[in-house]
Amino acid sequence: MWKFIHKLASPPHFYSLAPKLVPWLTVPGLLLIAYGVYAGLFLAPADYQQGDAFRIIYIHVPSAYLSMMAYMIMAVSAAIGLIWRIKLSHAVAAAAAPLGAWFTFLALATGSIWGRPMWGTWWEWGDPRLTSELIMLFVYFGYMALRAAIDDTAKADKASAVLALVGAVNVPIIHFSVEWWSSLHQGATLLRKDGPAMDPAMLYPLLAMILAFTFLFGALLMRRVRTEVLFRERRTRWVKEMVLSARGRS
Amino acid sequence: MIEEFDTPGVMKAMFSVAKRDLLLAWKRPGDVLNPLFFFAMVATLFPLAVGPSNEQLEFSGPGVLWTAALLATLLSLNSLFVTDFEDGSLDQMLVSSVPLPALVLGKSIAHWLTSGLPLVLISPIVAITFRMPFSVTGVLMLTLLLGTVSLSMLGSIGAALTVGLHRATALLSLLILPLSMPVLIFGARTVSLVASGDIVAGGLYFLAAYAVLVVSLAPFATAAALRISNE
Repeated sequence: MWKFIHKLASPPHFYSLAPKLVPWLTVPGLLLIAYGVYAGLFLAPADYQQGDAFRIIYIHVPSAYLSMMAYMIMAVSAAIGLIWRIKLSHAVAAAAAPLGAWFTFLALATGSIWGRPMWGTWWEWGDPRLTSELIMLFVYFGYMALRAAIDDTAKADKASAVLALVGAVNVPIIHFSVEWWSSLHQGATLLRKDGPAMDPAMLYPLLAMILAFTFLFGALLMRRVRTEVLFRERRTRWVKEMVLSARGRS
Repeated sequence: MIEEFDTPGVMKAMFSVAKRDLLLAWKRPGDVLNPLFFFAMVATLFPLAVGPSNEQLEFSGPGVLWTAALLATLLSLNSLFVTDFEDGSLDQMLVSSVPLPALVLGKSIAHWLTSGLPLVLISPIVAITFRMPFSVTGVLMLTLLLGTVSLSMLGSIGAALTVGLHRATALLSLLILPLSMPVLIFGARTVSLVASGDIVAGGLYFLAAYAVLVVSLAPFATAAALRISNE
């Protein structure tokens, strides 16, 4: 069991495995996004209150979900890297952070664009989810800045892992305290005990988009981790041999 | 007798670290006073920037005082491990037989006594200039008392992560400010709620619970961070 995990997590093995995985994530992701965009823009009926403006949720909700998901992936792989000293999981954490920050930014930008016609303002401090998403963006920035400030990769990995874990304990508390601070955002529609309060014609494209974003996130993460691994292992023998054999072939 | 010399009790070691830091602070009063002057200065900037009208000052007082306290604590955190790092006493703590989290807690206690507590004590003077009634000032002091404990502990994690790095000041703020948001929100909102005649127990309970959480967990994170920074 442990042998298997260690083989899976060895950088050369991952490097050759990742390109095989990427198409399996990219193709379903693109298909789902094609369906989601078409169904979301043309098939779903306009909202009786919000008109066509609600359609931005097809970007907004998946982005917001991934901004949290990316943090979870980052924190869990940071913990694995810290505890079992698996180099690959540090690479995953390093690669997930910028992606998470971008999805957080996307969630903020689409939320703000939606807020303009709905609330009549680009930014609403009274909305807890916008505010906690903004703090989330700063947490990502802090994580990336700490990584950038430490030259030694192994040290940067461990230090940023501690920060990611401290953040993981704090992020729910931040979210809760911002929520308590004030509430203007509409309540949760998707995750409710009595099932989603949404017309199926609106809901299915949203679920498709969430799934599509997750697949594409996975594909992007794989590619980024692969680049990260190549950069980190640039002085090792297997990289040298690979580069030399590739040159010999051409 | 040698055994006793080799392994001092955990509590004894913790308090001797705290005592040493307090003595150092006593010899260099500037390190303690500068953040306090900074606190008073930031609180002075706001009325100058937004205008002297009474309603405005009463309304913004709790938020301004809390923001100033947060920034002043941040300022004092920079030097938490730096001198120990430079003169080698940090290395001695790392190789000591006493658990590192205990020594770190000792340093944090000293830090709070020399930064948090003085802030609590001078806050009423600044609060008077914001026309804060005495009953509200009491709550302000209580929230600062509980909140600065959390800030000292949270900040020690950031200080440990950035010890020995260049450009550490800006980085420390970037790491710690987002994490200290709950303390700021509950601290400032509790004071403004009591100023508008509302109940305050919930906010105070939260601040106390948060302080307990970070006092019990942060020393371990700080100790881990110190070991990583000094590899």
